[in-house]
Amino acid sequence: MQGLITYKLSCIRGERSVFSGLDLAIKPGRALLLSGANGSGKSSLMRVLAGLLPAASGHIEWEGEDISADPDAHRARVAYIGHADPLKPSLTATENLQFWAQLYGLDPVVEPALYQFSIEHLADVPIRYFSAGQKRRLNLARLAVGQNSLAGPALWLLDEPATGLDPGAVSMLANTILAHLSNEGVAIISTHGGRLDQLIADSADHLTLQTSRSGAAG
Amino acid sequence: MIGLILLIRRELKLALRGGTDAVMAVVFFVLAAVLFPFGLGADPAMLPRIGGGIIWVVALLAAMLSLERMYANDHEDGSLDLLYLSPVALGTLALAKALAHWLTTGVLLLIAAPILALLYNLPASAFGALALSMLLGTPILSLVGGIGAALTLGARRGGVLLALLILPLYVPVLIFGAGAIDGAVAGRPIGPALLVLSGFLLAALALAPWATAAALRQAIE
Repeated sequence: MQGLITYKLSCIRGERSVFSGLDLAIKPGRALLLSGANGSGKSSLMRVLAGLLPAASGHIEWEGEDISADPDAHRARVAYIGHADPLKPSLTATENLQFWAQLYGLDPVVEPALYQFSIEHLADVPIRYFSAGQKRRLNLARLAVGQNSLAGPALWLLDEPATGLDPGAVSMLANTILAHLSNEGVAIISTHGGRLDQLIADSADHLTLQTSRSGAAG
Repeated sequence: MIGLILLIRRELKLALRGGTDAVMAVVFFVLAAVLFPFGLGADPAMLPRIGGGIIWVVALLAAMLSLERMYANDHEDGSLDLLYLSPVALGTLALAKALAHWLTTGVLLLIAAPILALLYNLPASAFGALALSMLLGTPILSLVGGIGAALTLGARRGGVLLALLILPLYVPVLIFGAGAIDGAVAGRPIGPALLVLSGFLLAALALAPWATAAALRQAIE
């Protein structure tokens, strides 16, 4: 079985078990829609899968290989969208996007990515003049940059990516995700329901995390 | 190496566009040093004796002003997560941040220092010692300061904690930096003090990025 697999994955935050014994299996070309109440561990799971947080126990496999064997290779295959938009207010949209593209060794021609999220007219505008939704579009355009590059990330970890997006932008995001999946990519998307879920429903599986109270939950 | 250059370029661009932060340190440096003679009296025989010490103390405090923000912005807006996930090692990031901090504060202090030396009536023979001790000492302030900035990430009242953590580590730089200038004023050889400062700088270059990276790793978790 290829793709992403986790075995008995557990995470502890501040002496509290967030989730434990989590078994996941996601095939290439499929997305996993993660839902669950606030505090059920969606973001923690994303961070563990990205390698930002160590798992308390269990392990994660990609294409049949334990990711802890080569953390650098794992980081190279992850595209992570968190809650915050890692953009600098004094830099323009192009400068922000280009910096991340170059640092990650991706294609530094970022105009197509801006087009993909319909913010090409803002290319030379500093981020401080952007609305929250426009910032989110620009953050998501990082995914498109990876997609347009030769060896872009194969594992997308999107933590509530549709926050603050208008319906048009949600469609652009859905199209970007579907293109990634059709390219044998894997995506894990945390969500509280909504249009994005419906748009990619045919390529997605669902998982609901339960809030862990006593420590035993999955 | 490409990562290092990319990161330094970004930091400098942010500092130039952000404006105030970098200028604030050098303005503080000049203003604070100018105020001392008003309190102590402008005795032309006393000023050269205390000048070296005062310039160095004020330089330490000025360098600390902008330390707190070194990683805080990247931590708050999620950039630190992405920097960690990038192919560039955290140690390289730490080195780039420290070098950029030095370029935007240490170098400005270095340029402003001769003006203060004139105000303190330092003899011409002490100018070389001042410039060399600042050139060797200010990068240490940025490198060691980076450890403190990374350790206090996410801490409440991080600024106070940062000062408590870092100032004791700055004391050796102060002693040998001011010592070199005092030596020059008194006509003693300045070589030994500068050699010790060079040693500190090499140790800081080797160890500080590594320690900063460990602290950043902790902050990301």
